[in-house]
Amino acid sequence: MGKVFQCPDCGYQYDEDLGDEHEGYAPGTAFESLSDDFVCPDCSVRYKEDFEEVAS
Amino acid sequence: MKQYTLATNSGEITYTDRKRYLWLASLFYALFPFVGIGAHALSGNELWLALPLFIAYGMGPVLDWWLGEDENNPPEEIVPLLEEDPYYRTLTMLTVPLHFASLLGAAYWAGTQNLSWWGVLLLAVSAGIANGLGINTGHELGHKKTQLERNLAKIVLAVPAYGHFCIEHNRGHHRDVATPEDPASSRMGESIYKFARREIPGAFRRAWAVEDERLTRKGLSVWSWENEILQSYAVTFAVQISLIAAFGWIMLPFLAIHNFLAWWQLTSANYVEHYGLLRQKEASGRYERCQPHHSWNSNHKYTNLVLFHLERHSDHHAHPTRRYQSLRNFEDVPRLPNGYNGMFPLAYVPPLWFKVMDPRLLALPHIDGDITKVNVDPDEKERLYEKYAPAAGSDGGAENEAEELTNEAA
Ligand SMILES: [Zn+2]
Repeated sequence: MGKVFQCPDCGYQYDEDLGDEHEGYAPGTAFESLSDDFVCPDCSVRYKEDFEEVAS
Repeated sequence: MKQYTLATNSGEITYTDRKRYLWLASLFYALFPFVGIGAHALSGNELWLALPLFIAYGMGPVLDWWLGEDENNPPEEIVPLLEEDPYYRTLTMLTVPLHFASLLGAAYWAGTQNLSWWGVLLLAVSAGIANGLGINTGHELGHKKTQLERNLAKIVLAVPAYGHFCIEHNRGHHRDVATPEDPASSRMGESIYKFARREIPGAFRRAWAVEDERLTRKGLSVWSWENEILQSYAVTFAVQISLIAAFGWIMLPFLAIHNFLAWWQLTSANYVEHYGLLRQKEASGRYERCQPHHSWNSNHKYTNLVLFHLERHSDHHAHPTRRYQSLRNFEDVPRLPNGYNGMFPLAYVPPLWFKVMDPRLLALPHIDGDITKVNVDPDEKERLYEKYAPAAGSDGGAENEAEELTNEAA
């Protein structure tokens, strides 16, 4: 089971099992492996280190 | 009028949005070239084609001054209910076809009425201003999470040929706002004419770079049909080629002026929204998160109704996906002296703009006269640092005001 990370501002969720097709992250892509420049795809105002792990 | 009610532990909260039906005015503004066309049709005098310009830049600033500001906020607990209410998003979606109508209507009138060159020019300018509001609608729609709204954003941005806006704005401007790296944040000492030469090409390049990066991750070429910029440009191409086919070569200058005027509305908004404001760099090398004091705001009633609360800009940058009806006024944020329709003409006369805005910028509490906390145009740096050096004496109002604030704080 992959982990789920959530943007603390807008609620966007990155689910490792699903990845993000539109953004070009294949299913199974670990959040850890995303670029350090990753910003929230929906609001762009929260950085990778701001994301919080939530129960999946 | 609809009342929102929420039961909480500490009792019932109720809220009525007094602007609820006033937002209907946004439907009128998308169509406002027809006001000039109608007046011309009735009177036979081409001068009436200037009526929309008079409404925008004559009436707009006066109404903002006269009707004043609205500092009313929905309670935070009510915001989710407001966001769910489909009424508000219906209005933004309804304006999309109206922007197409105003382009087609103005093009038809320019192409069929044997107007003088200045009549065609007035039509192109007023349609361009109306469809600059189309960029504003695209802005509101493009920040939302539903696919329908995102698609409508690409479609409405096709009217003024600005399909790269959503990507540039959401992924570029919001990330880099109020930093020297952002082509869409203006610098102290930079005139709007100089800013436009940095903003228009800079925004275009950043949009393509961001979209190229996304498509590369997907293993696609930047020329793929999944390129969302190209999707919007395709609609632009189809509409504008059809207009040339239908109404002839007069459409070439007409469309060029129309498109440029719409872009110019965006340039003007970008120019006034973050003038001189600067996020500080943290030890990690990242800029600090965008704070409410990194945007200029206006609570003026009239232009906020025209612009879907765009002027409540600090809350927009704090929560970019928040819907227009829930954007809030904050205390102690940088405030513009008038709404955008008054601030734009001021920006078009750079010496006046600098005279009004530079002291206002330096007097902001977080800057407090310290020009090193300002985003300054590098070409003007030496001159402005000398002029506004904290120890430079007392020949200007800005220093005095800033010094007074410092003394009070001490
Ligand atoms: Zn987010």
